[in-house]
Amino acid sequence: MEDRSQSTYHTHISSKHRLLSLNLKEVWRYRDLIALFTRRNFVVTYKQTILGPAWILLTPLFSSVVHAIVFNGIAGIGTDGVPTFLFYLCSNAIWAFFASCVTSNANTFTENAYVFGKVYFPRLTTPISNVISAGIRFLIQMLLVILFMTYFLIRGQVHPNWLAWLMIPVELVHLGVLGMGFGIIVSSLTTKYRDLTVLVDFGVSLWMYATPIVYPLSTLGEGWIRTILLINPVTSAVEMLRYAILGKGTLLWGSYALSWAITIAVAAFGIMIFNKVERTFMDTV
Amino acid sequence: MGIEEKNREVAIRLSGVKKRYKLGQIGGGTLTADLQSWWARVRGKEDPNTIVGTDQRLVGQTFMALNGIDLTVYKGEALGIIGGNGAGKSTMLKLLCRVTAPTEGEIDIYGRITSMLEVGTGFNGEMTGRENVYMNGAILGMTKAEIDEKMEDIIEFSEVREFIDTPVKRYSSGMFVKLAFSVAAHLDSEIMIMDEVLAVGDMAFQRKCLDKMRTAAKQEGRTVLYVSHNMNTIRSLCDRCIVLDKGKIIFDGDVEQAIELYMREETANNGWVEGQTEFRYTDAPPRSPYAVGGARIQRLRLLDKEIALYQTGEPIRFQFQVEANRAFADLRLRMEILYGGDTPVGAVPSLSLGAFRQGEKRDFTVDFGAGGLTLGKYRVDLVLFELDEFGDSYDQELLLPAFRIEILGSNDIIWNGKSWGHFRFRDAQITPCEGLKWNG
Repeated sequence: MEDRSQSTYHTHISSKHRLLSLNLKEVWRYRDLIALFTRRNFVVTYKQTILGPAWILLTPLFSSVVHAIVFNGIAGIGTDGVPTFLFYLCSNAIWAFFASCVTSNANTFTENAYVFGKVYFPRLTTPISNVISAGIRFLIQMLLVILFMTYFLIRGQVHPNWLAWLMIPVELVHLGVLGMGFGIIVSSLTTKYRDLTVLVDFGVSLWMYATPIVYPLSTLGEGWIRTILLINPVTSAVEMLRYAILGKGTLLWGSYALSWAITIAVAAFGIMIFNKVERTFMDTV
Repeated sequence: MGIEEKNREVAIRLSGVKKRYKLGQIGGGTLTADLQSWWARVRGKEDPNTIVGTDQRLVGQTFMALNGIDLTVYKGEALGIIGGNGAGKSTMLKLLCRVTAPTEGEIDIYGRITSMLEVGTGFNGEMTGRENVYMNGAILGMTKAEIDEKMEDIIEFSEVREFIDTPVKRYSSGMFVKLAFSVAAHLDSEIMIMDEVLAVGDMAFQRKCLDKMRTAAKQEGRTVLYVSHNMNTIRSLCDRCIVLDKGKIIFDGDVEQAIELYMREETANNGWVEGQTEFRYTDAPPRSPYAVGGARIQRLRLLDKEIALYQTGEPIRFQFQVEANRAFADLRLRMEILYGGDTPVGAVPSLSLGAFRQGEKRDFTVDFGAGGLTLGKYRVDLVLFELDEFGDSYDQELLLPAFRIEILGSNDIIWNGKSWGHFRFRDAQITPCEGLKWNG
């Protein structure tokens, strides 16, 4: 056993480091930790609350009702022929997933400075578990969507593209990677600049309006606003998801390809800067 | 050591390891502050974010916390690391635990490392003891299956079985630490790194932890790196010891020699010149301004010692010279012993030096059986006083302190100064008796 351990666990620490080393093997060895972090995210949030995990369903329900009243009822924005409430419920679930990938990771280093400063484990486990938690919350909210959809299906008011449902996991990965990428870039920068945290919360809420969440992309005519929306990498993922789930969405392959390109670039840059920062952030945090 | 070393397996190897820290402010902390500083520099104005009173020369300068460490630790060794504050001990452990990366150099670690830089890392108050064991274990690198297997042992060792399903925020700090230490102690690692974890828990638990570490080092053949200021635990746990000073290893080898060297360094660093056993006093401190000044102790030297370092039980002998500025019928000396600089331990209240004529100088030798002083640093204050006919004393000379000594303690016991004080009485006579009759 001793011999095995000698050969199995050799760690080499050098002052030089590679920029893009992901060390996924090590992350995999710590998969139980990812599972525990994910579990903790839920357990801790809902301890000593009256409604507990019900909040996962209540928040999107309320905000969908409000959105439906404000944007559809008052502002008169159409929903592409999809039942209004269902449209907002689905859009909110998607946005909540993306937003939480960004915001929950934006404080990775500063929030965990205490733990990170004492013991080593692959730092990437924290952002990964955050994304998984967001994914689980999304799936739970999807149950709510499906529940309401059944009602509208029976009444024949909604026509999902069942085949395109296969794209849902792909798009979850897409949005997850993109959100995590942005999140860890910010978290790497917040080790030095704390005020970025404020910017993130604010920025993400503005970002929602630059994404077709409270309105479908189809309501926009040609123009610079539409161009901005098409450059926004979240747009095509949102439209793709809505196309699958609700059967209505604008699919533009150019925009979709651009979105993936941005996603990969952001993720690569994020991992690079994360790797650089995680080595010595304890000295600056 | 020596020849056999070549055949032994390496556990840790550091080669040319350096760690540099920047002095002064690192960044501004906020983006706006950084931009302000930048704008000020552009206009050639003073940086508005400079802390008043900071030495501008330090900003941008660097500090080598570790300055070229070469060290090989072999498997199964228990290595003690000692050194003063800022010598680089913690930085070295941080590098080994991969909390931060070296500026230069290479580190190779063969085996898994358990770091106990601070126990209870990652404990979350909202979660129960059991949940936290899983969490903490996983952070330290165990898989869930491994933790399941060890859960019973961990709970047993921690002594908090009844509370294991209670959120840890309801724990007392002692329980918290016990549970945390148990997790760390049960890791299947080949290398254990410890930074004075023993400062926690009650006496019995401390002993248990020390035993656990001793077993790990001596019987299970694990490699142990132990940092402590407690020389006694270093003695009882380690078989090799390095002394760090200003980021370099200044000694590597025998534990006793290392401790001796470190103690000497420490004395030097505390403003008491290395090996200081000779003192001349001026009107500056340590001489107190409240002394009347009728008589003065001009000089003093400790006898039989190159440095002021004593074993428990060793007598402290010193000579001093008294000069009287006026006549005294009966000048007296009082010695006050204080632990660590401010905790009074005891005193030799009154020693007669006899009568003095004005301007007379006389020398005295004191043989002080400090006897039971235990491990730690002490100061010895000397007071010259005169008693008037009513028995009131008038202090003529106050040396606060006249000199400092350090007691190394004895090897037979780990002295728990917190609860036992700083004086060890001579062992009492205890005899078994037979045939005693008790009333009732």
